[in-house]
Amino acid sequence: MNDDGETMIAEAAIDELVSPDRVHRRVYSDPDLFELEMDRLFGRAWIFVGHESQVKRPGDFYSTRIGREPVVMTRHADGAIHVLHNRCGHRGALVVGSECGHVEDAFRCCYHGWRFATDGTLLSVPQRQGYPEDNVAPGDPAYGMTPVARVDDYRGFVFASLSSEGPSLVDFLGHMTTSFDDMIDRAPDGEIEVAGGVARHAYNGNWKLIFENVNDGLHPLTVHQSSIEAARDQDDAVWSDGAGEIAVRQMRQNGAPWDMWEKQIGLWAYPNGHSYLGDYHDDAKLVAAQRDPSFDEYLAAMEAARGKDRTREILGVLRWNTNIYPSLSFMSQFRQIRVIRPVAVDRTEVLGFCFRLKGAPDEMFRDTIRFANVTNAVASPVLTDDLETYFRIRCGVESEGSDWIPTSRGLGRDVEDGNGGWRAENGLSELHIRNMFRCWSDYMGGAAI
Amino acid sequence: MTGDIRAVELFLFHEARLLDEARFEEWLALFTASAWYWVPIEPGQADPFESVSIIYDDRRLLETRVRRLLNPNIHAEEPRTRTSRIVGNIVLGEDAGPDVDPGADLVVASRFQMAEFRRDRQRVFAGSMRHGLVKAGDSFRIAWKRVDLVNCDGMLEGISVPF
Repeated sequence: MNDDGETMIAEAAIDELVSPDRVHRRVYSDPDLFELEMDRLFGRAWIFVGHESQVKRPGDFYSTRIGREPVVMTRHADGAIHVLHNRCGHRGALVVGSECGHVEDAFRCCYHGWRFATDGTLLSVPQRQGYPEDNVAPGDPAYGMTPVARVDDYRGFVFASLSSEGPSLVDFLGHMTTSFDDMIDRAPDGEIEVAGGVARHAYNGNWKLIFENVNDGLHPLTVHQSSIEAARDQDDAVWSDGAGEIAVRQMRQNGAPWDMWEKQIGLWAYPNGHSYLGDYHDDAKLVAAQRDPSFDEYLAAMEAARGKDRTREILGVLRWNTNIYPSLSFMSQFRQIRVIRPVAVDRTEVLGFCFRLKGAPDEMFRDTIRFANVTNAVASPVLTDDLETYFRIRCGVESEGSDWIPTSRGLGRDVEDGNGGWRAENGLSELHIRNMFRCWSDYMGGAAI
Repeated sequence: MTGDIRAVELFLFHEARLLDEARFEEWLALFTASAWYWVPIEPGQADPFESVSIIYDDRRLLETRVRRLLNPNIHAEEPRTRTSRIVGNIVLGEDAGPDVDPGADLVVASRFQMAEFRRDRQRVFAGSMRHGLVKAGDSFRIAWKRVDLVNCDGMLEGISVPF
């Protein structure tokens, strides 16, 4: 970066980093490129902030980041949701110091006591008479907590963009709105809520790696070999209160043969870097569309609310991980979301949240928790091997042994899917990785606004 | 039992030693057939079923966790983690707080500090533990164990060796 904060990486150089069949290692390792990503990608794209249920009542707030920009999502007195830069209009201090909570009347800065409404409006300035008369006036937007340029939601999933220009949220999401529908429509009452705490973890590696990994069908048999083998050897007669039952089944599922990934599982990719894995497993306990004791109760609630045909249609969707590039990954079958937050070129934070389907039996939510513990918990026998892999990639991309990383598995065998996207040859394709880098080039090279 | 603090103390020291020496199968053998092992993710977390946890293992999952720790292809443990822990501030019975499981003969509260070293980095974990113990001959078995880390809700990196 030079003194003006402009990167010295030419756009032509960006184009040379990415081609359809390979990417340069710098995309994972170069701090200057990371700076440019914060500006051109995280500074422009729609970034997931939170779910509306995280700010249920007026005065509730939830603070997070867009790229590295600290923001706070609030529920204002009139019920509207706002996303504000978490910065005092005076000396620039963070106004909101907690991750989540509630304020009765207003935010108050810790430094000189400036107060802000939950829509960011500057309410009061102690000793204001010390300022010139027309300066720093309550209500002056120049000194409030500035709203993020654009905020919108899709059925309660709140996104924000730091740029005032660009496609609408619904255009940005495109066909991926159907993955959100898949999540929400599974609730008998038609609503979902975030519940059950936050599973956090950090890894020393680039933020792109987790997006590539969660839809990478080729990695489980090697990365997760230790937990797959441990689970296969587990005696199912040993006592379980449900935790081991769910976890051991999922670990075994990670051992599905490549043949299944080639013949059954699908991978779809869409404009703006999004993708999903579909037709994954149909294990009775792991997918709620199958028979299970608590599932009968759930099915009855769904059929009462939606009718049999619509229920069959909703539960017939077999999507696994959906990636909303570059900030969110979620999975409706077990009601999980992961929020991905870049920290540095080699440091990433992940926040795992669970959803409760309103109107569904309590036991289903307990299964959601059990599943989160094996997939998103920082001490999970599964996740820890993924984190080690990210770290080894972080080390390897520093190597000058080769500059190139191939992304060519399945290249040339993708077909248009009729919904504006592409279907990969099979679940072992790297279509989702190529698709993300196509989008990355557009943002980074300036083709995307 | 409440007077027998020395026996309890030696039992907890023994448990800590098994973990520090990576004798995970022997550690597992300390637990009862219907034991659970819990590391909450929130301070004061009420239960392991309505919120996520850093670890919540029933006996079945604890067995799988230990078997995986012994698997030669556990990438997260290449190189292996080494730990050293100190257990202290041990109190028994009523002094240890409310008994959360009537199935235990004795509830023990303690504090621990653990240094963890792997690759080229050392971390320090600290917190409180509660053990629900049942009598087994001259010694004890663990019916349940809860470990509350002071940084349980922090942004942590991967954890492989149990507390």
